[in-house]
Amino acid sequence: MRAATSHDPRMNQHDAIITGIGIVSSLGEGPEAHLSALTAPQPRPVLDTERFVPYTVHPLPEIDWGSQIAKRGDLRQMEAWQRLGTYAAGLALDDAGLKGDEALSATMDMIVAAGGGERDVAVDGDILEASLQRNDRGVLINEKLTTELRPTLFLAQLSNLLAGNISIVHKVTGSSRTFMGEEGAGVSAIETAVARIHAGQSSHLLVGAAFNTEHPDHLLGYEVGGALHRDAWAPVWSRGGMHGGGVVTGSGAAFLVIESRAHATGRGRAGYAAVGKVASGRARRGSEDLAMAIGAMIDALGGSALPVMSGASGAHSATAAEKTSLDGRGLQSVRGFSTLTGHLKEAQFPFAVALAAIAVRHGATLAPFDPAFDAPVQVQDGVLVTTVGSRRYEGAAVVSAA
Amino acid sequence: MRSMTDSFGRPIVVVTGIGIVTSLGVGKDENWAALTAGKSGIHPITRFPTDHLNTRISGMVDFLASSGRSASALTHEMAELAGREATGQAGIGGDFGGPLFLAAPPVELGWNQRFDLYRRGSADQQGYARLLAAAHAVPGEVYEDDTQFGAVVDRLADTFGTRGLPITTSTACASGATAIQLGVEAIRRGESDRALAIGADGSATAEALIRFALLSALSTQNDPPQKASKPFSKDRDGFVLAEGSAALVLESLEAATARGATILGVMRGCGEKADDFHRTRSKPDGSPAIAAVRAALADAGMAEDEIDYVNAHGTSTPENDKMEHLSLSTVFGERIRSIPVSSNKSMIGHTLSAAGAIEAAISLMTMREGVIPPTINYDNPDPAIDLDVVPNVRRERAVASVLSNSFGFGGQNACLVMTREPV
Repeated sequence: MRAATSHDPRMNQHDAIITGIGIVSSLGEGPEAHLSALTAPQPRPVLDTERFVPYTVHPLPEIDWGSQIAKRGDLRQMEAWQRLGTYAAGLALDDAGLKGDEALSATMDMIVAAGGGERDVAVDGDILEASLQRNDRGVLINEKLTTELRPTLFLAQLSNLLAGNISIVHKVTGSSRTFMGEEGAGVSAIETAVARIHAGQSSHLLVGAAFNTEHPDHLLGYEVGGALHRDAWAPVWSRGGMHGGGVVTGSGAAFLVIESRAHATGRGRAGYAAVGKVASGRARRGSEDLAMAIGAMIDALGGSALPVMSGASGAHSATAAEKTSLDGRGLQSVRGFSTLTGHLKEAQFPFAVALAAIAVRHGATLAPFDPAFDAPVQVQDGVLVTTVGSRRYEGAAVVSAA
Repeated sequence: MRSMTDSFGRPIVVVTGIGIVTSLGVGKDENWAALTAGKSGIHPITRFPTDHLNTRISGMVDFLASSGRSASALTHEMAELAGREATGQAGIGGDFGGPLFLAAPPVELGWNQRFDLYRRGSADQQGYARLLAAAHAVPGEVYEDDTQFGAVVDRLADTFGTRGLPITTSTACASGATAIQLGVEAIRRGESDRALAIGADGSATAEALIRFALLSALSTQNDPPQKASKPFSKDRDGFVLAEGSAALVLESLEAATARGATILGVMRGCGEKADDFHRTRSKPDGSPAIAAVRAALADAGMAEDEIDYVNAHGTSTPENDKMEHLSLSTVFGERIRSIPVSSNKSMIGHTLSAAGAIEAAISLMTMREGVIPPTINYDNPDPAIDLDVVPNVRRERAVASVLSNSFGFGGQNACLVMTREPV
């Protein structure tokens, strides 16, 4: 395993401080809702077991889109994934006190981890059904797509158009970069954001991701690899041996405003927490021991005595490897938040960092919700955050008091 | 002794290896010969039927093993070919030992795969329910790579022995430039002495073509194909969808010098600025593109009058070429009329995610060879665009510095400034 770590955390002007959080999941929206869900006596997941049978998903809560996306014309240009991301980005900017600050938005850098948007289920269904009766499938595609596709749907599907919509709706225009690649893209987005702050290449950034699982094509992406859990719902650490691949997905988003300490204090913001080291890796899972690779990453971060906010996906081998690695270091204060939110794909790592930052700021006592880790977790001044991709790529970070 | 840092005290980043694949061929020699001869790679589409389509031409790469197999397979093959050429030229064998940045198109399960899954499905199910059930029944990873955005770069990381978690970036038609920028920034941060930046795009499927056609972005001047892409011409009517790849080995000047590598050019500055005006159209005053050019110059520590040549984004769409002219004339003033500005897309079409990398590679060769590839098909100049587009025939001229522009849907604007010599 080759772990790359960014700079050491130093109490200096280039520390990366989280000053705004915009999160949405089946648990609700915003830091408060998530803090209360995680500290409730018995945190409970919100599940939809019917709409996508045999798959269970964690659905989006009711959202008042217009509160962050004021123009109906903008809303019409987006499907659920882009709406969700643009909405969460707006929450983060609001939370950081930057919403509508034209000058700081115009110099704000942006990194979005993205998959793709929603396909037209009806058009796809038509073509697939017709394909059973015809041999000229190439002509069929042309015939149907040229007449039935809504022209602007393409823009709702393009990966970089979540960032594009954030620029249009929230006027964040310093720069705009989109990373692709499932959980790893979320890791790289945070890692790059933090590295740029640490190196003085950026003073303030918006970074995050969204995932809408409530679309069959977005489930298909998992199921071609056999990744989805197909059994009765169970907590993320307890799906080994059950039917299916172990992943239960959720819709959700996490955007963070991260600033250099100098920039944050310059405008009087204390922030939630600091993101110190970020580690990332690409274990060759076919030939390497993933548990050792994850362990090396945790060791490189010095995260061995901290509570853990784990992004474990439930995917059998990756989740077992992470469990082995945590157990091997005596790390028993673990919260596998996918039990409550479902797996958020590109948003998994940003979401984990956001939860950690909220917990650190409030010194929260996180209630147990999982028999694998059944003791309350008292968060003090630091949290280790992990995300081990269900299929590939790993990341971890230490989030500590600002 | 030569300084190893720039005027900002950052490590100078140089290029020590270049690889290119376009519809004109594999490798920089073949491409350079064709590009300087004014040859077009645009040809009729044969990969899929063109019934019902208004656009029947493209710059697809049709001569590789995975051509037409799937978008991700072809993207991977072209990325690997370009990467091998670049690392080979740089003289880096074995493990590359630095990070990998790939500009690549978003992936989707292709229609052939969807048809196949559907056929395997159960007759009592329809639509996505049937696809999902069939997908579950197909063992292993038969289709997985076509749905996983991180899969292509994972295999490339294995092939080249790059370090760490590789990044795949998509900033639409600016992606290639963004991949290079990410590499430059990593070296400047001191994370690595070298980085491999690749842009590759093999996603010219029927659906991709139809999507762009529905946005009225494509040329429909099908006959003759090689005349369709005509940047800056009055009768330009859209871009020509194309495929290709390019790879650059980026290194700190210090590391390159220490190992005695040949320096092919300097990646002097990168600039970007997002547009908040519209999903496909630029702000009418051109201010974001102008800001991106100025940011690249500022990052390079150079003034406007130090640019010898502009490798234009030059897509041949009515909108882009007009706005690019507006931005360039705003930044460079009167002098823009005497700066050569040419568009490689006149010959290779618009290679989308790969374009920024391919055009950076060609820009570096332009400086090295002292030859500017022309803008071909410039038979009917747009009088509103008063530029020296290096019309139709290459120009021999010493070029010490280049500005390369990349602009894309979603308000993406990224510019690179390259120089021949480290200063």
